[in-house]
Amino acid sequence: MEIAHILFLGLAALAVVAAFNVILQRNPIYSAIGLIIVLCSLAALFLTLNAQFISAMQIIVYAGAIMVLFVFVIMLLNVRAEETKTDKQKYLKWLAAPLFLALLAEVMAVVRYVNLTPQPLPSANNVSDPRTVLGTVENVAYGMFTDYVIPFEAASVLILMAIVGSMLLARREKQEDVERIEKALAGQQEEEKIEEEVAV
Amino acid sequence: MVPLSWYLALSAVLFTIGVVGVLIQRNVIALFMCIELMLNAVNLSLIAFSRLHNNVTGQLFVFIVMAVAAAEAAVGLAIIISLFRSRETLNVDEADLLKL
Repeated sequence: MEIAHILFLGLAALAVVAAFNVILQRNPIYSAIGLIIVLCSLAALFLTLNAQFISAMQIIVYAGAIMVLFVFVIMLLNVRAEETKTDKQKYLKWLAAPLFLALLAEVMAVVRYVNLTPQPLPSANNVSDPRTVLGTVENVAYGMFTDYVIPFEAASVLILMAIVGSMLLARREKQEDVERIEKALAGQQEEEKIEEEVAV
Repeated sequence: MVPLSWYLALSAVLFTIGVVGVLIQRNVIALFMCIELMLNAVNLSLIAFSRLHNNVTGQLFVFIVMAVAAAEAAVGLAIIISLFRSRETLNVDEADLLKL
């Protein structure tokens, strides 16, 4: 067994154990810690797949930004563990285990026939143009700003919309604003009624 | 080299764990974390295929998926905050009406 196999098995075992931790914990803060461990071990697995840039982004964006947001909201809302006492849909728990095994068996039956191994790539230190080696920053940037520039711009517009939308949703509305909006809506309805009468 | 099927198997296991989490968790923040887990499982198989074909497109797709996940987390957590303000609970079984 090569060292790469041992590394893969160790990281995969860590990821699976932490993923079970995410779904079985009752307190969301422990779930968040489990998810952070999954994200870090996946970042390490990305390194073994020649995706250095994506691996760094995984740590910075996922473990750094998204999980901080999660932990911030968990602590802001101060949820207690006894939230789970009213469980209306108990049957889902009994359904989950057989579904888990069935889905897993199905996927493994397909994966068993995949008989491919990636070929070794040249090191980025030994080539004249790093753009030709998969996963270097030059390689990713060249793809992103030539063939895939429109998806990239669409992603930036999406993030702008998410910023505006989340501020609008989480904002606490002032009482006078609420009254003003209700008055405006009432006025609009009256105008519509008058228009309908005119049309009749 | 590690065979491709190992990566695909790990990706499938993580995705399935995320699906089970969506079924058994009732806390809306934990449900969100299970969705992030599924997104990451798919990212792993995209990167594995990108490595197999020696083609950077899979990695770029993962980059876009990360942007979508960040946007989703921001908007979703804002919705969770406004839901908590109006209902004082995070249990998804309680949130079954559009109006308060």
